Amino acid sequence: MTTPGQKRSLWLAAIGVPLLLASAFALQTRIDASTRTEARIRQELLLSSPAAIKKLSLGYDSLLADIYWTRAVQYYGGQLAAQRFQLPLLWPLLDITTTLDPKLVPAYHFGAIFLSEPLAGANRPDLAVQLVQRGVAANPTVWSLDGDLGFLYYWHFRDYQNAAAAYLAGSQTERAPAWMKIMAARLQQKNGSIQTSRMIWSQIYASNTNENIRQLALQNLRGLRAQEDEQAIDGLAEKYRQQFGRFPASTRELRDTGFIRGIPVDPAGYPYVLEPAGNTSLDPRSPVIIPKEPRTPPPPVK
Amino acid sequence: MSAMPRVVAINTFREAVRDRVLYNLVVFALLMIGAAILVGQISIGIERLVIVNLGLSAISIFGLVMAVFIGVGLVYKEIEKRTLYTLFSKPIRRWEFLVGKYAGLVLTLVINTVLMTIGLAAALLYIGRSFARADVSILIAVYFILLSLALVTAIALFFSCFSSPLLSTLFTLGIYVTGIFAADIRGFGALTSSAFLKGATSVVYYLVPNFRNFNSIAAAAHGESIPFSLVWQNTAYALIYIVLLLIASSAVFSRRNLK
Amino acid sequence: MPAIEILGLTKDYAVGFWRKRMRRSLDNLSLEVNEGEIFGFLGPNGAGKTTCMKLLMGLIFPTAGTARILGRPIDDVAMHRDIGYLPEQPYFYDYLTARELLDYYARFSGFSAAERRARVTRVLERVGLASAADVQLRKFSKGMLQRAGIAQAIIHDPRIVFLDEPMSGLDPIGRREVRDIILDLKTQGRTVFFSTHILSDAEMLCDRVAVLHLGKLRGVGSPGKIVSVEVHAMEILFEPAEGHSLPPGLAQRAMPVGGRYRLELPEAALYSAFDEIRACNARILSVSPVRQTLEDYFLGLVERAPQATPPVEAGTR
Ligand SMILES: Nc1ncnc2c1ncn2[C@@H]1O[C@H](COP(=O)(O)OP(=O)(O)O)[C@@H](O)[C@H]1O
Ligand SMILES: [Mg+2]
Repeated sequence: MTTPGQKRSLWLAAIGVPLLLASAFALQTRIDASTRTEARIRQELLLSSPAAIKKLSLGYDSLLADIYWTRAVQYYGGQLAAQRFQLPLLWPLLDITTTLDPKLVPAYHFGAIFLSEPLAGANRPDLAVQLVQRGVAANPTVWSLDGDLGFLYYWHFRDYQNAAAAYLAGSQTERAPAWMKIMAARLQQKNGSIQTSRMIWSQIYASNTNENIRQLALQNLRGLRAQEDEQAIDGLAEKYRQQFGRFPASTRELRDTGFIRGIPVDPAGYPYVLEPAGNTSLDPRSPVIIPKEPRTPPPPVK
Repeated sequence: MSAMPRVVAINTFREAVRDRVLYNLVVFALLMIGAAILVGQISIGIERLVIVNLGLSAISIFGLVMAVFIGVGLVYKEIEKRTLYTLFSKPIRRWEFLVGKYAGLVLTLVINTVLMTIGLAAALLYIGRSFARADVSILIAVYFILLSLALVTAIALFFSCFSSPLLSTLFTLGIYVTGIFAADIRGFGALTSSAFLKGATSVVYYLVPNFRNFNSIAAAAHGESIPFSLVWQNTAYALIYIVLLLIASSAVFSRRNLK
Repeated sequence: MPAIEILGLTKDYAVGFWRKRMRRSLDNLSLEVNEGEIFGFLGPNGAGKTTCMKLLMGLIFPTAGTARILGRPIDDVAMHRDIGYLPEQPYFYDYLTARELLDYYARFSGFSAAERRARVTRVLERVGLASAADVQLRKFSKGMLQRAGIAQAIIHDPRIVFLDEPMSGLDPIGRREVRDIILDLKTQGRTVFFSTHILSDAEMLCDRVAVLHLGKLRGVGSPGKIVSVEVHAMEILFEPAEGHSLPPGLAQRAMPVGGRYRLELPEAALYSAFDEIRACNARILSVSPVRQTLEDYFLGLVERAPQATPPVEAGTR
């Protein structure tokens, strides 16, 4: 039993409700655009320090930690997608996250890599060390955090002594993998080779599930392979010079004279370039990046 | 407002007043006085920050409690006590009654909030500040709090049309909390690899009223300016949801057999 | 045009907490009430009277059937300007005073402030609440609430007044006052549709009555014709003289009631009983006709119509 009035209001609702929902959607996107997440997070961070947030979380601190952890990852992804390589809020977000829940191991891993990373990160290896040290203290049985610490000392500071100590400490925890002890021994001999670096990055790649970390590890592994290739080609060019009295003009010459089987290409598929002075470099179009040696002197860390 | 809803609205306000709802203002006043005296004693530099943060948070929380706890009984109580029998024998439509009840509680909240804002202003004056241009953002923050309260009231009213106050309270607070964390929920979804979860959390994000839009307490406390565009956007946003909820409420309530 | 036209109204309620079944509370009711008459809606508790009134007021919606009031469909809210309704056991906003409550209701009829004030005072006087006008309703007794309910039903001079058990909760004086109000309304040309389970109320007031039982209409017409209130017996109350005992013939038939005796007998046997009582020096206290109660009447109805027994099962949902 429907009266004409009811029918009319039914029609109005059928048209009006989707229309209203659509405009709510449009408005939300506009509001989101006008209050950028960065501004909003900054605003929220102004509210309180990590310790205060923990006190105010009324016992729901681990839930809140999960939320801040999500925000940290979102923030990182968002900045990267927007090609903004300033990450001023990454430290506070991770600081709050791990203060709220000191056992949130993925947050330490993430911080170890991206707080320290100079290009795709916050370029603050000192803060990364601080974060991971807290993580190790709060999670003494998690060997991967010792690994992170060793990685930071080795990769960013070339501080072999502290790096070796970290790997050794990690290797002594239960269920630690065998390679940690090997790594410790290697580093004790101040053996900073490309091979060591590749080993470390392979372990980082294998032991992390975070996509951002794995991407970076893969990129570094490629860079390290290219570095190894370059060194090998440099060596061959030197041999060529000894035989022919001059450097080869190109890798093709090396091939034609039988020093190598084919034209060597970098991990992205671009042929290496041999320069007249005999040193090898990457094709300018190649996306492969060779990791730089750290410029920072080892910091005074305990 | 047309005549019928207005009559109901005024009566709803009168009920709140006679039920001594506005006594919460006494608690608020005590809170503000205590805070002003304490802050005046200890620190220099952050008095304004503390008073504004505390005042606005209290305005929001007191209002939220009122909106939820009165809102969930708005319709339910009238059905249970059968006060609607005589009312609906008068020439009033059911949606007019709903709009009246809604407007009545919003009116109560507005008056309550205005009085609390005056209290906050008095506390700011007491700690020795004259007002500045930056204080406009405090008023905008209060306005945003009112928008969110009006929205919460509409949600509570909706549930009040078909469920008991206890359940309605849970539902309303559930939506409120979901609305606060809507962005984070979508964030969780975006981190998963499941396309379904990504989609579902996005739907939640756009479907549930996003209460974080209305939170400008921190900005007001730090004296930051709030863009004017946000004022109209938030207003329109709240109005859309309120209209939707009132439509849904009257769709449910108009078909309902009274007890 | 009839004042009220009911066309096959049917209402099923879902009953049972776990597995809902439908129970028919009103079954295909058709009825017409003329303008200007006092119409009694009779039936024992649970007959469906209240259900029917609520359907007419649009408080609940029919499973089947329709109704028209003053020629307008029942979902036409504008028609409510011309009707008043007293629900069964009315309840009001108890934070208001009687005066405020009536003023509130009068607002829906669009009266000016002055007009409302005059009407409220007048109607409070009429239902006997003038002295309690400024008392909050939470302090009202059941009878006072009933009076306030009647007041709100008639404050706007409606053309039809629906009263659901208007006498319940009232003392004898109150009942008479309500009767007067109903008769008054009739002299003003209003239509009154009221439900009751008390036969004498209907008998005294109604132009016509309808009898409802278990949701079904059992008859419509003038009260005398429909509920033929036959006197089927007489009752004598007597007191034996001091020190005398009753003769065995009488003692067998009479019932002792606190030192007195009650004797029920057919009208034809009345005079011979008088003789017997006089013979043993007893004193006759009263002689009265035993009237059929409504419950007796309905019992009779059920017996006479065995085909329509208990609640109709309308199937499960
Ligand atoms: N809300 C309800 N839910 C289920 N059954 C109901 C409801 N209201 C009334 N009933 C049933 O309908 C029947 C008629 O009730 P009612 O109309 O109140 O009778 P009356 O007013 O004649 O005493 C009764 O059996 C009652 O139990
Ligand atoms: Mg009844």
